[in-house]
Amino acid sequence: MASLVGSRVERKEDKKLLTGRGKYTADVTFAHQTYAYFVRSPHARAQIKNIDTSKAEKSSGVVAVLTGKDIANDKIGGLIAGWRIKSEDGSDMKVPAHPPLASESVNYVGDHVAVVIAESLDEARNAADLVKVDYKVLKAVVKTDQAMDSENIYKDIPKNLCFDWLLGDREKVKEAFDKADKIIKIDLINNRLIPNAMEPRAANADYNPSTEEITLYTTSQNPHLARIIISAFNGVAPENKLRVIAPDVGGGFGSKIYPYAEEVVCSWASKKIERPVKWVADRTESFLSDCHGRDHVTHAELAVKNDGTFLGFKNETIANIGAYASVFATVTPTYLFGPCATGVYKMPAAYSNVKAVYTNTAPVDAYRGAGRPEATYTIETLVEKAARELGMDPAEIRMKNFPTEFPFQQTLVHSVDSGDYNAGLKKAMEVGDYKGFEKRKNESASRGKLRGIGFCSYFEACGIAPSAVVMSLGCGIGLWESAEVRFNPTGNVTVFTGSHSHGQGHDTTFAQIAADRLGVPLENIEISHGDTDKGPFGYGTYGSRSLTVGGTAIVKACDKIVAKGKKVAAKMLEVNESEVEFKDGEFIVAKSNKKKTIGEVAFACYLPGTYGEVKSPLPEGEEPGLKETSFFDPGNFSFPAGSHICEVEVDPETGNTEVVKYTAVDDFGTIINPLIVEGQVHGGLAQGIGQALYENCHYDDSGQLVTASYMDYTMPRADNFPEFNLGFTCTPATSNPLGTKGCGEAGAIAAPPAVMNAVMNAVGTEVSMPATAEKVWKACQKMNKSNSKAA
Amino acid sequence: MKTFNYHSTKDVKEATKLASSSSAFLAGGMTTLPSMKLGLASYKDIIDIKRIKKLSGIKASGKSVTIGSTTKHAEVANSKEVKKAIPSLAALAEGIGDPQVRNRGTIGGSIANNDPSADYPSACIALNATIHTNNRKISADKFFTGMFETSLKKGELIEAIEFQIPEKSCYQKYPNPASRYAIVGVYVAKHKSDVNVAVTGAKACVYNEKSIASALSKNFSSSSLDSVKISSSGMNSDIHASADYRANMVKVFAKKAVDAC
Ligand SMILES: Cc1cc2nc3c(=O)[nH]c(=O)nc-3n(C[C@H](O)[C@H](O)[C@H](O)COP(=O)(O)OP(=O)(O)OC[C@H]3O[C@@H](n4cnc5c(N)ncnc54)[C@H](O)[C@@H]3O)c2cc1C
Repeated sequence: MASLVGSRVERKEDKKLLTGRGKYTADVTFAHQTYAYFVRSPHARAQIKNIDTSKAEKSSGVVAVLTGKDIANDKIGGLIAGWRIKSEDGSDMKVPAHPPLASESVNYVGDHVAVVIAESLDEARNAADLVKVDYKVLKAVVKTDQAMDSENIYKDIPKNLCFDWLLGDREKVKEAFDKADKIIKIDLINNRLIPNAMEPRAANADYNPSTEEITLYTTSQNPHLARIIISAFNGVAPENKLRVIAPDVGGGFGSKIYPYAEEVVCSWASKKIERPVKWVADRTESFLSDCHGRDHVTHAELAVKNDGTFLGFKNETIANIGAYASVFATVTPTYLFGPCATGVYKMPAAYSNVKAVYTNTAPVDAYRGAGRPEATYTIETLVEKAARELGMDPAEIRMKNFPTEFPFQQTLVHSVDSGDYNAGLKKAMEVGDYKGFEKRKNESASRGKLRGIGFCSYFEACGIAPSAVVMSLGCGIGLWESAEVRFNPTGNVTVFTGSHSHGQGHDTTFAQIAADRLGVPLENIEISHGDTDKGPFGYGTYGSRSLTVGGTAIVKACDKIVAKGKKVAAKMLEVNESEVEFKDGEFIVAKSNKKKTIGEVAFACYLPGTYGEVKSPLPEGEEPGLKETSFFDPGNFSFPAGSHICEVEVDPETGNTEVVKYTAVDDFGTIINPLIVEGQVHGGLAQGIGQALYENCHYDDSGQLVTASYMDYTMPRADNFPEFNLGFTCTPATSNPLGTKGCGEAGAIAAPPAVMNAVMNAVGTEVSMPATAEKVWKACQKMNKSNSKAA
Repeated sequence: MKTFNYHSTKDVKEATKLASSSSAFLAGGMTTLPSMKLGLASYKDIIDIKRIKKLSGIKASGKSVTIGSTTKHAEVANSKEVKKAIPSLAALAEGIGDPQVRNRGTIGGSIANNDPSADYPSACIALNATIHTNNRKISADKFFTGMFETSLKKGELIEAIEFQIPEKSCYQKYPNPASRYAIVGVYVAKHKSDVNVAVTGAKACVYNEKSIASALSKNFSSSSLDSVKISSSGMNSDIHASADYRANMVKVFAKKAVDAC
């Protein structure tokens, strides 16, 4: 049987998703359904003096109007920050209360104040207009770099500072800098982004008063985590009385990792009114209240020798985490950011210092790449600047500092198990025809266009994550993954995974793995996920972890199935277990033609009695059935790496910038399904190029979100991109048996610096993201002026 | 969205009779429906005019092209008559929004709405258009009166727009990267006796940039604009582009348009 691992199997789930036969949370409607509409703060910062719900309660179709007082009376807990970070001085991070419905103050536009529940959505919305909230408006803190010098948003959090974190050794860095020939400095803004999953967030909670059970349908990347938080922290229902189902979910990109106020409120309210409560965000609510991403202000320095050798690196960053500390908000700008900020290089000394600040903006949390795009943007624009200032080729300076021996102990945290960074960069230069760049540049010039080229070599730490390591760093949860492989009596298979697919193609990739391992045809394998009542607890999907951690759990569970199968087959074939080999779905007695298929073995496991000629095949002491569970906790992160080369063309008259050539060569270790991996790279690149050229979340000085619709928030579209040239190198990961490393975030990590380095190469000066036409045009004007002065 | 009465009629007279101070005509709905959904507008009566046959279609004569008000952008973009008589007008329609918008949005709705960054108003000004309504004819230079404002009276219905066929013309725009409306759009048209340079996106309302038009009437070449200076006063400024950038782009896009004529 040919191996399915490595083949371009078409996605099993696409037929359903592309023909409108998917089942999303909004598609679920219960008998006696009610509809929720949230009253949200129109102000960025205000005290709530009074909430008058009397008119709304009398409005047509209204079932209930609930406020922060009600939720506090019922002792429902607030939303949590899941990762405890300590400041450099040893003190704990400071976290404000985050009630599911605000009762004393509101802290960003869109903050949840009250909920109206009615017989129809229209009636709920109309009544919401009648809820009178008396606000005392306060001056909003909006700008990341001014937050520490502004009024305190919370009276017990001085300087709006959540923590002031340090990773690395300041002394050693100072010594390194003292020895440097040159110090390269850069000031950067990592622009704030809004995730914009295609499907808006939604929740539908159905409380059954007779069983006291709540069934919550929700748009989650992580239903098990949602359940434990809503149960243990919000205290809505005990875990055994809360079933969380995340059915088909239309994209998440991080923004749907964690439970939000709306799920908690719908679950609690359903219990209160003893009817199902459904909420579906409209697009404006998504813009306002989904967790945003990035938003760093960074000053970084690189100490170099004249020959381009790196001596040391420092990184001073202010990270805006918005109005409240969301679940992974504190780890994203620290352990997911700091360690990767030294890039893919040997760096004798380094530190990352991050100050996380509160502002009156929506909470900021993990967004595709989470911390690693910010890290990579910092180091890779700095390295390119070093190359410019030293007059070196951007590829040469990188290769000079690549580690060549693995495992490679990276400066700040990680021990990188495998990689070949030179091979990746060389291949990118080949695939992207680096040699031909001058010719292409001249051709562009003949059309009046400026052509620029930019590099990015990255590594990232994903496959999240070894539980012992992350828990020692403050993580409130373990990050292993589970799988259950269940043979049905007739020989087909259901695989339960604790990870969750919301676009990644698990139904296909995971089936390929199980099919290969068990020798069962792909079409006989179903992947089941997203329901806490089906399969064991798991940690969901984010941090490019599903395959590396969850896929490995499947492998381990399959191996257990084969181990039991061998025992059973040996009994059936009347030989010793040691004589039985398993290959391509068959248990074969060595050097004979005696064999049993895995299907026959499964059938026998379920029917262990005597039936005609067939005698019980179960060895003594062996239980019937064929089902195995595995929990896999990785020994290390995985470390995808690669080199991307971008070419842009700038129209100097307008500043319009187009990506005209993009080459990505990635090392994801073993690739299970190249078709899906290429799709993941394409999507990541679209978001990465989007960040570099188009996307930008903008709040005005009063804290109003200006980019609250697609009329102003620039989502990139297909015609913004050229055909991508993809290439792969492969050094298998040693930390999991599949050798996989994770591919979901790479594009979003590598693209922003590759694009921006190309823009700067074209126009000669630094430009901040997003490189809008006006910014680039101004850079061109500046270049013209300095050129005419020189001439 | 607030509830409303929906009327659909096949007849202009009936449509105008139904109109009141709290009604709106519904053509493509590309502007009306989103603003109702967002709660920015609400009407008691919505009068759908898409079934009125005489409002749709394209007719060309030797001198002009007349387009019915409910003709969709995609129909204008693909029309053989328009492509032949005024190719720049077909190209403008092709550049509006996205396929979904072009397959529903109409020329009448676009000019009635008079969004400061809509494309069609510039065509009306540049091509000396005449707007035919149910009871009068309005010349384009009298039609667009301000931001989202026109000289249409309440309940007055646009039936057709008649464009004068120019000797040469070209429309060039810098699209807003998010919405793809014009950040700056410049429609240059050379007629027998005059040159029009209609600018959209730059100010509160479409206008004829006289300084460029007069330079071009003397010498219809992009180099004749080298010495023209466009002031940024009165120009729009928003998160996408400053007034200064827009002022500069008026000239840049006028030159591009002349070069492409
Ligand atoms: C995503 C998006 C992108 C867009 N991009 C662009 C763009 O790039 N460039 C651009 O120019 N436009 C753009 N538009 C606008 C679009 O071109 C529509 O033409 C415009 O919204 C109005 O046309 P409509 O037929 O949809 O009018 P409707 O929404 O039906 O009506 C708009 C207004 O005009 C009135 N009206 C309609 N027909 C008549 C009539 N015959 N007589 C009198 N009054 C009438 C209505 O009562 C209403 O007040 C975009 C729209 C969207 C949604």
